[in-house]
Amino acid sequence: MNWGSASEFFAMGGYGLYVWGSFGVTFAALLVEALLTRKRLADTRRLLRRELAADREALTEHASRRP
Amino acid sequence: MNAFVAIVRRDLLLAARRKSEVLTALFFFMIVVSLFPLGIGPETAMLRRIAPGVLWVAALLAAMLSLNRLFATDHQDGTLEQMALSPTPLAVLVSGKVLAHWLTSGLPLVLLAPVLGLQFDLSARALGVLMISLLLGTPILSLIGAIGAALTLGVRGGGVLLSLLVLPLYIPALIFGAGAVEADVAGLGAGGHLSLLGALLALGVFFAPWAATAALRIALD
Amino acid sequence: MINWFKFASPASFYPLAGKLWPWFAALATAFCAAGLWISFFVAPTDFQQGEGYRIIFIHVPASWMSMFIYCVMAFWAAIGITFNTRLSGMMSAALAPTGALFAFLSLWTGALWGKPMWGAWWVWDARLTSELILFFLYLGYIALTSAIDDPRRADKAGAIVALVGVVNVPIIYFSVKWWNTLHQGASVSLTKAPSMATTMLWGMLLMALAFWMYSIAMSLYRVRAIILEREHHAGWVAELPEMQR
Repeated sequence: MNWGSASEFFAMGGYGLYVWGSFGVTFAALLVEALLTRKRLADTRRLLRRELAADREALTEHASRRP
Repeated sequence: MNAFVAIVRRDLLLAARRKSEVLTALFFFMIVVSLFPLGIGPETAMLRRIAPGVLWVAALLAAMLSLNRLFATDHQDGTLEQMALSPTPLAVLVSGKVLAHWLTSGLPLVLLAPVLGLQFDLSARALGVLMISLLLGTPILSLIGAIGAALTLGVRGGGVLLSLLVLPLYIPALIFGAGAVEADVAGLGAGGHLSLLGALLALGVFFAPWAATAALRIALD
Repeated sequence: MINWFKFASPASFYPLAGKLWPWFAALATAFCAAGLWISFFVAPTDFQQGEGYRIIFIHVPASWMSMFIYCVMAFWAAIGITFNTRLSGMMSAALAPTGALFAFLSLWTGALWGKPMWGAWWVWDARLTSELILFFLYLGYIALTSAIDDPRRADKAGAIVALVGVVNVPIIYFSVKWWNTLHQGASVSLTKAPSMATTMLWGMLLMALAFWMYSIAMSLYRVRAIILEREHHAGWVAELPEMQR
């Protein structure tokens, strides 16, 4: 084990800013990428559902109007 | 081969009819090069050091100015589609267009560079190496540029996109071209750089028309 | 013998990717946990660089991934050009943002490593410079494919850019290296500086595996969105269970 205490761990021997700046930004960026992609997929699905619902509605309306 | 010569002759004729395009690129080259001493200062030792890089970067930018129109006018009036349908392989015709582009936009830069090099107090020997490096390097710019021009044909914001695509690929030519002059000024001999530049040129002549043709076929689909 | 071409159709790849990505995400998390444990608790302090060297546990894997993803993109581009499959273009498009992100992270962590070690945020070191150019190549690919409206044409044009790029990457790297030695740039290299202990190698390897699995999960996930965006008029999309609400 390298670290005596939690504060020693976060100080990183004086390199805290650089080490946590690298690791923090990396994992934040990966997380943001994942969330953005999830949003993209969800948005596409919502759009498609709305399109399909509109199609179905148009179909049933068309069918009911027929004598 | 006849078709190749015909294409080169035709493009040269077209360029001769629209001299302003060729001249604009040349003036651009002159102005950009002359801006550097004004921005950096007139000390001769410093100017001599930055001259190869400045001249080469300015040549890259000047050669890029006319790339946009390499295929665009032929695309608009339908000539390009006729070329794609002609019995001559499209790659041959593309090579002809690239050669014509180099003759109208690359070669004038090579001829003008020594004059501009005098502004930077380069020796006669260094000017000679600069000319040889540009002579070997500017065809590479036309060849790689043709791929970019074919890819961005008819695309929104094609001009900026073209520079974004093409400039990173110009880096090796820039490094070896400017490096040749620097090495010669430093007394190291420019032979290594120049032969690498020649190797790049050979590679480009071999592959670039093929890639540009593939890109043109996509644009014409 | 599995019929690979069966999965080459977007209709059958969409559910497959949906089933596969959670597994790769789980693997990524596991490798990442192990890698982080080694990089912070097992690997000893470097006697020259102190704790600052721990940045290489993400810097080096991120650089590896950015180069590897570009090669994979070129691989899909070649497949797309030779077999004319729709899915390969979608895979390239799905990989590009992740690759660009890793290239950016490699530059970012390189800057944060360089500041305490070299005293400058940016040094024209051969590796960093090539990484920057690789980042530009990714940006060019993304800019071109998003500027073309027709997705099939965008895929094909992107494929040519990726192939031309992959031919040029070694040439660029070699030329930048040549340029760097000529100008006597920074002599300290990021990966060579600390003597490579085996624990360090393990840490880097585990983090690289974690990033690799992450990239696979991410591209499978993103390709699902791309498939839906492009195939929205296809009959099979309307039949998907998630569309029945």
